Amino acid sequence: MKNPQLHKARANWTFFMAFVRKEFHHIFRDRTSILILLVMPILMLVLFGYALNTEVKNSKIAVYDPSRDVVTRAMVEKLQINNYFMLKKVLNNASEAEKAFQSGEVSMVIVFSENFYENLLHGGYAQIQLLADGSDPNTASIITTYATTILSSYQMELMKTGKIPYLITPEIKLLYNPSMVAAYNFVPGVMGMILLLICAMMTSVSITREKERGTMEVLLVSPMKPLYVILSKAVPYFFLSLVNLATILIISYFIMHVPIAGSLFWLLVISLVYIFVCLSLGLLISTVVETQMAAMIISAMGLMMPVMLMSGMMFPIENMPVYVRWISEIIPARWYIEAIRKLMIKGLGFSAIIQELSVLVGMGIVLIAISLRKFKIRLE
Amino acid sequence: MSKRDPILMPDNTVILAKDLTKMYGDFTAVDHISFEIKKGEIFGFLGANGAGKTTAMRMLCGLSKSTSGQAWVAGYDINRQSEYIKRRIGYMSQKFALYEDLEVWENIRMYAGIYGVPDREIAPRTDELLHRLGFESEKKTLVKSLPLGWKQKLSFSVAIFHNPSIVFLDEPTGGVDPATRRQFWELIYQAADRGITVFVTTHYMDEAEYCDRVSIMVDGRIDALDSPGNLKKAFNAKNMDEVFHQLARGARRKA
Amino acid sequence: MILKYLVEKEFKQLLRNPIIPKFIFAFPFFALLILPMAANFEVKDLNVCVVDNNRSTYSERLVHQVTASGYFRLSKVAGTYQEALKSVDKDESDIILIVPPQFEQDLIREQEARVMILPNAVNGIKGGLGSAYLASIVSDFNRDIRAELIPAGQTAKLSGIDVTRIFKFNPKLKYKFFMVPAIMVMLLSIITGFLPAFNIVAEKEAGTIEQLNVTPASKFYLIVAKLIPFWTIGFVVLNICFGVAWLFYGMLPAGSVLTIYLFAVVFVLAFSGLGLVISNYANTIQQAVFLIFFCIITFIFMSGMYTPVDNMPQWAQYISDISPLKYFIQVMRLVYLKGSATAELVQPMLALLGFALVFNSWAVLSYRKSN
Repeated sequence: MKNPQLHKARANWTFFMAFVRKEFHHIFRDRTSILILLVMPILMLVLFGYALNTEVKNSKIAVYDPSRDVVTRAMVEKLQINNYFMLKKVLNNASEAEKAFQSGEVSMVIVFSENFYENLLHGGYAQIQLLADGSDPNTASIITTYATTILSSYQMELMKTGKIPYLITPEIKLLYNPSMVAAYNFVPGVMGMILLLICAMMTSVSITREKERGTMEVLLVSPMKPLYVILSKAVPYFFLSLVNLATILIISYFIMHVPIAGSLFWLLVISLVYIFVCLSLGLLISTVVETQMAAMIISAMGLMMPVMLMSGMMFPIENMPVYVRWISEIIPARWYIEAIRKLMIKGLGFSAIIQELSVLVGMGIVLIAISLRKFKIRLE
Repeated sequence: MSKRDPILMPDNTVILAKDLTKMYGDFTAVDHISFEIKKGEIFGFLGANGAGKTTAMRMLCGLSKSTSGQAWVAGYDINRQSEYIKRRIGYMSQKFALYEDLEVWENIRMYAGIYGVPDREIAPRTDELLHRLGFESEKKTLVKSLPLGWKQKLSFSVAIFHNPSIVFLDEPTGGVDPATRRQFWELIYQAADRGITVFVTTHYMDEAEYCDRVSIMVDGRIDALDSPGNLKKAFNAKNMDEVFHQLARGARRKA
Repeated sequence: MILKYLVEKEFKQLLRNPIIPKFIFAFPFFALLILPMAANFEVKDLNVCVVDNNRSTYSERLVHQVTASGYFRLSKVAGTYQEALKSVDKDESDIILIVPPQFEQDLIREQEARVMILPNAVNGIKGGLGSAYLASIVSDFNRDIRAELIPAGQTAKLSGIDVTRIFKFNPKLKYKFFMVPAIMVMLLSIITGFLPAFNIVAEKEAGTIEQLNVTPASKFYLIVAKLIPFWTIGFVVLNICFGVAWLFYGMLPAGSVLTIYLFAVVFVLAFSGLGLVISNYANTIQQAVFLIFFCIITFIFMSGMYTPVDNMPQWAQYISDISPLKYFIQVMRLVYLKGSATAELVQPMLALLGFALVFNSWAVLSYRKSN
């Protein structure tokens, strides 16, 4: 008998590939899903890159100007330079301001006092009121500051003879430098989320679907070890995630001009580790739930949401209260995103990501161990 | 005559089909079938998979419209009065029976209510039914925990709970042993004795013997329609199995 | 009558589901309590890069005051403007403070001096607030210096243009007043739009949705029966949200709760219509997941919930116009903070009614097609 071990191994491999092929067929048959799956990273990049940004521009304002003199008019002009503000409405009396806010038409109303220039010239004193809609506190804060600075600097021009003693004027110039890579902080976040979506959520849903349909048992009585059955389900999603990873990198680099300042090699390495962690997560979830819907809800609530919030993708981590930051430390995505940021945007090297890499490797090992154990238990 | 009124059917006919046909494009699924079924009959609707049984039954239940031909069920036109048909019939299939995640009594209550059994009657009649079936202890059990045979008996009972004039059974006894099937058919006999017409499809040929009359569909047509006894004589067969094989040999459509 | 039994069944099945009730219970609390804390744009620990070309007592004092303020961290001391820019480029610093070479001398001799503040405005919040804080620190420093330099008693009337800021509706600029109403709307949309969609698609996949076709229960009642439990839960959750908002954040609506209820009804009608549309196009749960994810991105993120609509490019603003959430959030904030009169509510109401009409018609049409 020639090597029975080898024979068995080869038989196993053939079975395995047959299962993998079947899984690929399953997925590709669902054209809509595939399409969306491949389009999604692009969508998210566009969304976070262009739409959801926190630049404050084109804020809508209204003006109530009873004086209507040279100075007030010049000031209103000045405000609209550089697209900081957009004059939407001219009010006829102060009470209209309330209505303008209620209708949400404007974020700020500028109220000049009467006989503005005259008072300023002769009495040396005039008043401007900036009424801002406080229901959006950040915008209110920012636009009032912008307005104040613009008005103050105009005032400086007006009063060239320094009537105000010992005046320090801050000149504020906003930096919108296009080479600012800080703008692209969201790209690592998108990578983290997409990989999580595909590897954790989709894998767990796919495995659970077999469970729901009852076809899992059919697979399990096949001559292949149950573990390989599960692995065969993970393989196609592994490939899909690689495709998406490549898509994201290509688009970011070539179209959005996000640099890949650091080592591409380590970027891929840590991405693979992260993918592994996500697949283990998917497996773990599938051992815990019975229905697809449950798998999906747990993935969405337990994984995607926290990642969206606490990974630093949308909201800066520095601002979060301490315990929220602790929670964020057990989210694998947070480590991955941090590492990618360092590699891609800050252009650092391997030495900078040692911590993240080890954390992810550790998580991966723990997760796969737990999932395998749970899986074996479920089988019995 | 308003849309609601059933037509008056000759002497106790509950189902009348005349050249009932269903075509999907060029494909004729049901080919001009005709038959009359009387009240209280147990009518077996046989045929290979793909012969057109399910399509025909769906039309009779008001689930799809015929391409040509006519049929009346419980006096209502299947094409124009299908909503009224649904109220007068019961239906049970292997696939669509009870909700697995509801308890036994909850299933009964829901179906009874949908079919218009008055609310105050539901609970007492439920208890009575469970008593008759010997299921009292399972009243609050989730249906998914019941063995298949019990599910089938229960489904059938639910299907006739509202005393329909006809009950349609689509392969009702798959997956259980002959003894359990025999018990199921006891229930069918009891229903027929009460005047409920039973229209049942099956591919178990021994069950064909239990029916008053059977029809055999081949390639969308009805190639035989008579009592089992007469059919066996006509085809010189020992049992319905042989009858079926003789007819099916000429069939072009196989599932 | 039939509806009663169908609704009973739907409720029982829903409550017996192992996951959904827990989710419905836990998620609102998570959303209302944790989300506002994470979604916090208040700015602390900004990295400031200082270019001090003056290196005088005054300039050093100013820099010291900046770093001692608690808002800023000195990330780098740069020698030139270029160096400072690079620091911002590498995301080491968020804001640059430049003290010109003759700062102290100008201040004492000419009685006026300038400093330059350059925030990285790409993160508008950090940039805007950063420059605001920095400017106010400069102004405080200015006041101190002036008090030292002007002999006592000679209080020169600070003439000039007095610019005052008044923040309406939210004088203390609390971020939660911004977030909480929006979160309530988001919860309602998930519960009454997305969950029913999942529910229906799950039944579609399992095949049990056909089950009642043969009964006298009409398809219309079947669908309505499926929606009713979620409508009920949505209503309950909404009220729980009111309670939580009051209990934890001390928020009470400035306007009328009835207005909110009225809008909620129309909104829910619109959004469950959307859920039905999704359930018509998705045949598997996987497809439903994607469609819903897509809807979340367009309808929720672009509604102005997290980032103001005004900041978005024009094309994105058009997209936000087709989000029902945008209008309801507007109304929620209006009622909670501004206590609006009816007139301002007409436009959003019309918009929501329009959505309800469009989504539900679309649901009916797409249903007919698929059957």
